[in-house]
Amino acid sequence: MQHKNWNGFKTGVWQDEINVRDFIQTNYKAYEGDATFLAGATQRTKGMMKKLESLFALERQFGGVLDIDTATVSSLTSYSPGYIDKENEIIVGMQTNRPLKRGVNPFGGMRMARQACEAYGYKLSNKVEEEFKFRTTHNDGVFRAYTDEMRAARKCHVITGLPDAYGRGRIIGDYRRVALYGVDKLIEEKKKDKARLAENAFNTDEIRLDEELYQQIAFLGYMKEMAAMYGFDISEPASNAREAIQWTYFAYLGAIKEQNGAAMSLGRTSTFFDIYIERDIANGTLTEEGAQELMDDFVMKLRIARHLRTPEYNELFGGDPMWITEAVGGMGEDGRTLVTKNSYRMLNTLYTLGSSPEPNLTVLWSTALPENFKKFCAKVSADTDSIQYENDDVMRPIYGDDYAIACCVSAMKVGKQMQFFGARCNLAKLLLIAINGGYDTTSGMHIGPQMPVLEGDKLDYNTVMERYEIYLSWLCRLYVNTMNIIHYMHDKYAYEKTQMALHDTYVDRFMAFGIAGLSVVADSLSAIKYANVAPIKDENGFVTDFNTTGDFPKFGNDDDRVDLIAKDMTHRVITELRKTPTYRKAVHTLSVLTITSNVMYGKHTGATPDGRKAAAPFAPGANPMHNREENGALASLNSVAKLSYDDCRDGISNTFSITPEALGRTEEERINNLVTILDGYFAKKAHHINVNVLNRETLMKAYEDPEAYPNLTIRVSGYAVNFHKLSREQQREVISRTFHETV
Amino acid sequence: MSTPTVTGRVHSFQSLGTLDGPGVRFVVFVQGCHLRCGCCHNPDTWLPHEGTVYTPREIVDKAVRYREYFKEEGGITISGGEPLLQPDFVREVFALCHDAGIHTCLDTSGSILNDATKAVLEMTDRVLLDIKYTTDALYRAHVGCGMETPLAFLDYLNEKQIPVTLRQVIIPTLNDNEENMLTLRAIAKQHACVDKVELLPFRKICQVKYDKLGIAFPFADLPEPTRESMLALEKILYDQ
Repeated sequence: MQHKNWNGFKTGVWQDEINVRDFIQTNYKAYEGDATFLAGATQRTKGMMKKLESLFALERQFGGVLDIDTATVSSLTSYSPGYIDKENEIIVGMQTNRPLKRGVNPFGGMRMARQACEAYGYKLSNKVEEEFKFRTTHNDGVFRAYTDEMRAARKCHVITGLPDAYGRGRIIGDYRRVALYGVDKLIEEKKKDKARLAENAFNTDEIRLDEELYQQIAFLGYMKEMAAMYGFDISEPASNAREAIQWTYFAYLGAIKEQNGAAMSLGRTSTFFDIYIERDIANGTLTEEGAQELMDDFVMKLRIARHLRTPEYNELFGGDPMWITEAVGGMGEDGRTLVTKNSYRMLNTLYTLGSSPEPNLTVLWSTALPENFKKFCAKVSADTDSIQYENDDVMRPIYGDDYAIACCVSAMKVGKQMQFFGARCNLAKLLLIAINGGYDTTSGMHIGPQMPVLEGDKLDYNTVMERYEIYLSWLCRLYVNTMNIIHYMHDKYAYEKTQMALHDTYVDRFMAFGIAGLSVVADSLSAIKYANVAPIKDENGFVTDFNTTGDFPKFGNDDDRVDLIAKDMTHRVITELRKTPTYRKAVHTLSVLTITSNVMYGKHTGATPDGRKAAAPFAPGANPMHNREENGALASLNSVAKLSYDDCRDGISNTFSITPEALGRTEEERINNLVTILDGYFAKKAHHINVNVLNRETLMKAYEDPEAYPNLTIRVSGYAVNFHKLSREQQREVISRTFHETV
Repeated sequence: MSTPTVTGRVHSFQSLGTLDGPGVRFVVFVQGCHLRCGCCHNPDTWLPHEGTVYTPREIVDKAVRYREYFKEEGGITISGGEPLLQPDFVREVFALCHDAGIHTCLDTSGSILNDATKAVLEMTDRVLLDIKYTTDALYRAHVGCGMETPLAFLDYLNEKQIPVTLRQVIIPTLNDNEENMLTLRAIAKQHACVDKVELLPFRKICQVKYDKLGIAFPFADLPEPTRESMLALEKILYDQ
């Protein structure tokens, strides 16, 4: 097939099938040079940013939410077009009819929608209440099916944060397809797939897919209508860079109007756009300044994306995140780097527009990346604390070279794989429940297999591990079954029509489980094994505290005695999870990631044998417990690097804070050393790292005087936040984390 | 000279050393020092019988775990304390590092020069030589030794062509003056082995360590140098 808007592109199989990867591989131009070609912000961009800054300030003044449209259910065409400054915008499209005004999305659950409105002084309109009176939401469906045990596990917080009342997210539509092919071609292909369905056996799976395809096709139509409201016809392929970005953004915008998923990631667009930008620059219709301006305007749109959340939700996922994750860089399977000039431009938005948590810029790091690009990334990290890094050398062999990251650390092939998000279970709490024979001292609930409290005045490692295995096996089966219900109901009542229309019809699915408290459990088991842990019982005979004497190895010091306990624990968990089959034959995966919920998980967990006090926060993700690292930063990194990506295919999150002084004396030294640290850490097959280069004092000042630091961005756990948007409790926890510094 | 059974006393490890030698370094702080510099920020490394006992093999087994971070420039640095108080141990660690292809760096006051220390230098790829002052009087007043051995040490390094980074802690009122900078520059110029001179600002965050040990911090009342004064001194030092 040929199209006039493809003139100048090299031909390939991408013309005959939906295959964005082939288009990229055939047409992109790798860039190994340095950052000197970059242009700064134009006057127009600065003016727009000024408008946005004042809107952000207003949003802060209004308690975090500027405005809510309580009368309209969010969807692709339900709002009239909105603008920041119509005359000056290059890329257009807004979630509602005004910037930062939030829509309501009750498909996940009415209660959440109601509570979210009330939390900010609004009331969900009677109109929406009436509309949903006879509708089943995802939340209704889940609670019709939940067993008593599932409700109990949820209530006592041994499994928490489950997407049973809000959109599951973590699905990345291949938004680029709209730019490359135009919507009509996508509809045509989906129609063909639908027609072919009934050729073979036609039963539950096929009938469900058949209906899904009907919905996908319908929503591709709505996407065209939505674009038309803004004056664009997106039925045909984009003809230049501006259109490519605009078409892609419309596709993404459709997704976030339809869905309020926890993480609504963007994918891997920078190098794709570069092909269009190069074509325009070559034919003289675009300058470097113009190219940066296009990216700046696109990123501004991403920075004003919002969803309406409840306070409970914010406790789990602090900082009002969208996880508009964009994967930048990486290497191709043929050995060429996928870094292009536009990879630089995307990172450059942190300078042209200032540092920001969104989009969640994620560099796919390979030791083979061009040195110039590595240094630029390190510089941007040191200057803005806004980038995270993930190991392309570990992921590429599994996902190929056109995968992206959903949320924080979840890799998937764009448009070919999706995941069923599953929050996490609390391993530290499970240890306490196991010791107490199925009693949770925090909630006062009996849960799981019932047996006597562990006997004796000293905990024995083997006895505890035997017990733990019984409870882990119980929890994992319960966890998988709970997830099966959630995702069955989500597919049934809140199916992601827009995003799945931008996937192949036959997709691979992951079911993403998670764990919290890994370093607490590892240190606790190490204490039981190498020190003396005496349980302290309350008047009812339940263990509520421990008297730990003697020294023991602690996770974060590159000491195999405890590091291998942590590694083994992840292996046990994924092995147990795999024993229970999943909905839609999804592949079980596991993450070690907490977002900011490490504070909340800690709050609901009693004192642990490692000396952690009751209700004290856990370390985030796979991090060692704060300030237990005695041998410096690399020892800490080495401990985390030992966790196996094969066991934790949904990602292993590590957040690393270092003072500028500890990185080196001069800026050049600091940049070179940071590159060296990243190369070394990833050569050890580690998966992920958030890098913050800052002093604790800066955070303490921002804690005291939030108004003075409106743009202070910090990476927390797989994403970045504006520090001022965290709760006071979350801020204190971030301040208490280990800062690697000079001594 | 070195035997397989030699052991050393170690105060602590820093797996990410970016300030003590080129690149990223695994830094071993050994225990024990015979000097009592007024500006010392590691008073907890002074007493020779404290610390943890390690064999050279154990040290190198740790260092090897950081090999991926060393690249061309980085490696191991032995600091302290004064490493040259345990020469057989340090030599053996460095010899094993060389077997493993790891660059070795010695952070020393240069105040001991004998056959044992010369044997260490045979296995040393770079020396960080702390020239504390540029006059014998200041040395005797604030270090606890004369200046002749450090200078002889530097001559010896020059003779053996071992690359040297000269370092000096800048302590306001004592050595934050032009004359000192010019002398330091002259010393550097007279020794071809010196390819880098670093000025380190005197810092008082170690006060807590002194308090914990119940020892008076001799320079507690001296001010820390300002950023501007450091830049001004560096200008004198590096100009031309």
